[in-house]
Amino acid sequence: MTQQQAGQHPLPLDPSIAPPGTRNFRDAGGIPADRWHADQNGETLVPTHCCFCGVQCGMYLRVDKGGKVFGVEPRNHDINRMRLCPKGINAYQQVNHPDRLTSPLMRSNRDEPFREASWEEALDFTVAEIRRIQGEYGNDAFGLLGGASLYTEKTYLVGKFARVALKSRHVDYNGRLCMVSAAGANKLSFGIDRAGNPFSDILLTDCLLIAGSNVGECFPVMTQYLWGARDRGATLIVVDPRETAIARTADLHVALKPGTDSAFFNAVLHVIVAEGLTDETYLAAHTTGWDEVKRTVEAYPPSRSALICGVPEEQIVQTARMFAGAGKAMAWHARGVEHHSQGVENCLTIINLCAATGNIGKPGAGYGTITGQGNGQGGREHGQKSDLLPGGRSITNPEHRRQICEIWGIEESELPPAGTSMMEMVWQMQREEIRGLIGICNNPFVSLPNYATVKNGYDTLQFHAQFDFFLSETAANAHVVFPVTVWAEDEGVMANAEARVVKHNKAQEPPAGVRTDTWVICELAKRLGAGDKFAFPDSRSVFEELRIASAGTVNDYYGITYERLEETGGIAWPCPSTDHPGTPRLFEDGRTYHPDGLIHMQVVEWHPPMDPYSEEYPLSLTTGRTVAHFLSGNQTRRLGALVEQTPRPWVEVHPSHGFRNGDPVRVVTRRGSEVFPALVTEAIRPDTVFVPYHWPVPTAANALTIDALDPRSKIPEYKVCAARIEAAERIDEVPEAPTAPGHVAYPETQVSRTDPLPPTAPQGRGTAERS
Amino acid sequence: MMGRTIFIDPGRCIGCQACVSACRECDSHRGKSMIHLDYPDEGHSVASLPTVCMHCEDPVAPCAEVCPADAILVTADGVVQQADTTRCIGCANCVNACPFGVPKIDLQAKLQMKCNLCYDRTAYGLAPMCATVCPTGALFYGTLDELRAERPGVQVADSFTFGTTTVSTGVAMVVPADKVQWPVPGGLPVVEINGVDVR
Repeated sequence: MTQQQAGQHPLPLDPSIAPPGTRNFRDAGGIPADRWHADQNGETLVPTHCCFCGVQCGMYLRVDKGGKVFGVEPRNHDINRMRLCPKGINAYQQVNHPDRLTSPLMRSNRDEPFREASWEEALDFTVAEIRRIQGEYGNDAFGLLGGASLYTEKTYLVGKFARVALKSRHVDYNGRLCMVSAAGANKLSFGIDRAGNPFSDILLTDCLLIAGSNVGECFPVMTQYLWGARDRGATLIVVDPRETAIARTADLHVALKPGTDSAFFNAVLHVIVAEGLTDETYLAAHTTGWDEVKRTVEAYPPSRSALICGVPEEQIVQTARMFAGAGKAMAWHARGVEHHSQGVENCLTIINLCAATGNIGKPGAGYGTITGQGNGQGGREHGQKSDLLPGGRSITNPEHRRQICEIWGIEESELPPAGTSMMEMVWQMQREEIRGLIGICNNPFVSLPNYATVKNGYDTLQFHAQFDFFLSETAANAHVVFPVTVWAEDEGVMANAEARVVKHNKAQEPPAGVRTDTWVICELAKRLGAGDKFAFPDSRSVFEELRIASAGTVNDYYGITYERLEETGGIAWPCPSTDHPGTPRLFEDGRTYHPDGLIHMQVVEWHPPMDPYSEEYPLSLTTGRTVAHFLSGNQTRRLGALVEQTPRPWVEVHPSHGFRNGDPVRVVTRRGSEVFPALVTEAIRPDTVFVPYHWPVPTAANALTIDALDPRSKIPEYKVCAARIEAAERIDEVPEAPTAPGHVAYPETQVSRTDPLPPTAPQGRGTAERS
Repeated sequence: MMGRTIFIDPGRCIGCQACVSACRECDSHRGKSMIHLDYPDEGHSVASLPTVCMHCEDPVAPCAEVCPADAILVTADGVVQQADTTRCIGCANCVNACPFGVPKIDLQAKLQMKCNLCYDRTAYGLAPMCATVCPTGALFYGTLDELRAERPGVQVADSFTFGTTTVSTGVAMVVPADKVQWPVPGGLPVVEINGVDVR
């Protein structure tokens, strides 16, 4: 970075020159300092995919002659056809970001500051702590939490490491917060856990139902498929408490009260039955359990559900007629219906709707769930989830256990039983049942509900290590932090929302001192005495074992190879042989993956959310994403352009509460209270308030949310809890991001001090400052 | 309207600002975005709208007409370029002249910058960065025939009235098919100038 004399102003065309004494992207043009110093004459384009959401857009990374990633170029990939969202465009800025961790950090207790340590020292210390804790309290006292932003190879390693090297039952992953409700429902109904149709089927549909998904902000690139369908004349129904950007222009927007989805869909099915719009031929041939479902929905006439959901009866009837009356209809849903204590049931009611109208397994007719994380789909298929083994095998099925033990070369008696879910593991930390933990690329301090519990659980740990490339809020609380690669510094596969496996390619060498997650896991395993089972030099070798481990299962990757992925741009599993084209659309032969080949329709009764409303807490608090940030924000809250776009969270409130834009509003729930600037809008129900969740305390939506879980999928109920709002004095400020020793925090968060209104939230002001 | 141009469809805009970020990545203004993203109905609707340079055709580029330094040049294909840095004196006449509020001025550097339809890309047959990445197609680059093939029945407008002045542009707006007005009202009528009522 060029140094200047104080008082001199930088030239606007040279953002590499930052104002004196600052490291502020806003003043430096929002782009890394060395962006324009790259020698673009000799640049190469490395084809890869975005590291963020489940759409997995293709992109090229621009690499200069020196081998450094310095930019992005749109890529005409089958999934996104050149389109990108702001996260994808700015993703490359993580790679050579000054805040990257480049040395292991260590300390013996949390009161000390971190010190830089050698890899040997950090690995040996970690292994010594694992041995000490397991020796004293048993193997299960040490847990492992993985992530769904990891490549599938790494998620396979996480599961294998926990069970073979750690020999602990306690392994889970942050996809538990993402779409396990959909996974549970798919498994129950179809015997397979993935979306039934590819995105391209949306282009062929006549009626598209989107439930609980702010597609415009969370999966922007999917909107091209929505418009492609609408340009053909398809109708669009959006079910969401907020009038989001896609709901604004939808043919029908049902703004139901949070936590009432199953009552709504049961009523829709009630109308479909009452009006004789069911596909009885299909039901007779392909489903079981229909009679019970039919009997159940009799108790949900529109008049009853309209009261539960707070929507006009007419909208329930309209939804039924539009969906069942269309030639081909599709339903896609996301976290809005899944983040509930009845998340699995909500998904089941949507599946019932598709099955009752015969909309399964045809071009333009089907069912899909939109994964939130890049590898939300692949991340749970190969053993990272507490109850699953590679290939989607069940850890409680003796035959499945035997198969995996044979592949791994261990005795069946050595394979631990099923573990617990992520949130339950935190409770076990509180109860001192889990005393040591390794977290890999996750940030529960921001992403888990009921922050007070999470903090308490982690603080109770005797030893805690984190893998990450930025010092996340969770890593800042650890004893050891391992600096690992970003996605562009390693190769590997991810499975997107369509279950299409895509390959990410390596674009540059990692900085000195940084290792791949694969290397760190294998080194730990070696030191734990399981080195022979973890002799993986790279992702490719892991993938070869994963292929074999998944062969013959429902989640069959055997026919997928790196070479095929590079040639084809992605293959949807199951793909049993190397000449198999993959399975973009499921159930085309009319058979599900249950032994009887039928759709097992499930009875669902609505019940209220777990956090009861009262006079004191009359409103629903719901949470979600904003387009500029991703999950816990650890990757996006350090990228200037994205910080500039959305510097801080806000609370969306209806005008009927009497607040004005920017007023400090205290949101109070039974877990705590925080003050956000108000964003006053008619685009939200009067009985609901919304806060985006990407920021840490004291601006964390998850300090307010409830840690109630779905009994089947164990997903937390992020999307509804009882709340009240009141006027406050001062807005809570976004804290500066944690930094490693020797690093200075960007003063970017000063934005929030000078600019209380989110400039780019839905009703915020425009971004560009007019001259 | 130019042959290949940008069509803006506010109905499809989701306010995601992919265009704003993509514009920053472009080589012609190095890290600064030239796109204005506005929320025309704040508090009532999440509607949003991107504004790129409209590349005015008639009267030819008001910004260029008022430039005392002849810094704003119009290429043969109708693209109004951003100010030539060797000529621009940062006087901001162009900012005042533009009916769409497009040009930006850096007062410290005394330079104007604005959208130049990604000339470094369009000259090679590529679409501008913003229209390349726009997830919804709210920014579409191509010919009117290509747009109509993709979106049957679409109606566009490329002339706008500001008071008594009509401006025809190279970039076109998609307008509601049932409310085609020609030309589109582009601003509020002028009521007074320097305190003098001119109605």
